Amino acid sequence: MSRVLGERSIDHVVLERGEVANSWRRERWDSLRLLTPNWQVRLPGQAYAGAHPDGYMPMAEVVAFIAGYAETSRAPVRTRTEVTSVKTADGGYRVATNGGEIHCRSVVIASGACNAAHVPALRAAVPASIACFTAFDYHNPARLPEGGVLVVGASATGVQLADEIRRAGHPVTLSVGEHVRLPRTYRGRDVLWWMESSGVWNQRYDEIDDIVRARRLPSPQLVGTPQHATLDLNALAAAGVELVGRLSAIRDGRALFSGGLRNLFALADLKMERLLDTFDEWSRTHGRDADVGTPERFEPTRVPEKTRLEIDLGSGEFRSIVWATGFRPEYGWLNVPVVDHKGQLRHDGGVVESPGLYAIGLPVLRRRKSTFILGAEDDARDIVEHLARYLDRATPRT
Amino acid sequence: MAEKKVERKLKNGVNVDALLAAREALKKAPQAAKFKWRASCKWQSGTHSSTKVKGFHGLGEEHKHKTEFTFAADHPEVFASEDLGATPVEYVLVGLASCLTAGVAAVAENRGIKLRSVEAKLEGAMDIQGILGIDSDVRNGFDDIKVTFNIDADATKKEIEALVAQSQKRSAVYDIVTNPTNITVVVA
Repeated sequence: MSRVLGERSIDHVVLERGEVANSWRRERWDSLRLLTPNWQVRLPGQAYAGAHPDGYMPMAEVVAFIAGYAETSRAPVRTRTEVTSVKTADGGYRVATNGGEIHCRSVVIASGACNAAHVPALRAAVPASIACFTAFDYHNPARLPEGGVLVVGASATGVQLADEIRRAGHPVTLSVGEHVRLPRTYRGRDVLWWMESSGVWNQRYDEIDDIVRARRLPSPQLVGTPQHATLDLNALAAAGVELVGRLSAIRDGRALFSGGLRNLFALADLKMERLLDTFDEWSRTHGRDADVGTPERFEPTRVPEKTRLEIDLGSGEFRSIVWATGFRPEYGWLNVPVVDHKGQLRHDGGVVESPGLYAIGLPVLRRRKSTFILGAEDDARDIVEHLARYLDRATPRT
Repeated sequence: MAEKKVERKLKNGVNVDALLAAREALKKAPQAAKFKWRASCKWQSGTHSSTKVKGFHGLGEEHKHKTEFTFAADHPEVFASEDLGATPVEYVLVGLASCLTAGVAAVAENRGIKLRSVEAKLEGAMDIQGILGIDSDVRNGFDDIKVTFNIDADATKKEIEALVAQSQKRSAVYDIVTNPTNITVVVA
């Protein structure tokens, strides 16, 4: 966003409560690597220049990439500047920070959708003897108490953590709700190459039937490994992870899981097949069949004969629970009435209802690729286009 | 985004346009979406009871079904009973079957798939040591419910499987049976 604003000489500052690339420095677990292959890590004017284009960079490299970008762009960043309030004032906005007040005509909210872990209310009923972690305070398996671990949530975070915790020797049970299944590679290419090349990632928010649902889709079950491993539920089961249904309730110290797991598997398998059909169709009609391998289909997710419907949390079987139950944005500082009853920002493709207020980096903000690094450029250009016209139209203060 | 106001010819008899319109309207009026379903039961004799269903609440007001429905329930002769009605657990299978079947029809309509026939066979396995109190490790309810759909439609096998998967995803009774539900029983 700053790079594009700079290109148009629109005067701006970037406020960061910590250091540049703060989230990747502080809010992620030790082993985390990007889900996207390195060759797809690009920002306007900066591409990946390392030795492993087909690899998946760890957090330190992401930090270096972004911090380096901020420097070469000479982005006007004020670090250690926390925004405590944004209000409308005098035809623009008054932004209060721990370093003073800023008056401006326009504000772009780039704080993302992952400010805090989302943990279901039933967490309150977990016995005190069980240690609880979220994606924010989990670091590595060695920091978990010895013994069984219940991982709740089977999206990208959940499958990655269930896998690494199991490999470290803990018995792991994974509670599975709605999830998005993807193979890491398809017909010899990274699945995200297909998402980009076939145009699925470019699908616009106003072309999608149920945008609310699309924005709430769980992150796909992918991991970045040198082996390009597919980390689906079959792989986890083969590694000895026990699969159970969605955690529905905790009653009298017993965790109750849904008996509807089989259908969740069916829904995820069907959805994956439809996507692969879309890829095959694109490849065929765009003459790419010669460049890629032959079409393939994957084993359906294997359903255990019976899955446990309840587990006694007081039995000592589990010593910790990792809540891989998603993230939520935090807008407590935003004193403009643009947040809905579910705590989500109301916007139309990143244009927020209040004049001069914009957002970037939210799920399917303008395109399916909006929350991926490579998706920032197109969204930023669209938003700046709108913002520049707004600044031209808005009457100056007298 | 433009609303689809196409007058579509109904393939399966489900008025999806009305449902989709209701969905849009209720997004703006969530209180109106709060329904209460009711049933009123009178013991007859032995294990035989009769339950009536007529009134329900929703869209902010009380409603009545066109006619009052009556359901007799009993236990069978192998339970040393009179067999004057289906068993309560069979009523649960009826609920599940009808909910899933209605869902298949609605989803098929929404997806423009013409159904020629839909049949569902259900079987719920139950170890009665539970309800007889013989073994406290055995649950009262079903150990397993199996639903087999036989569907003849203008669609591929995958499309039909997707209909059935989507029906479960949006089914009230499927949710009631697979997930815990709060029940409060009081004596007036």
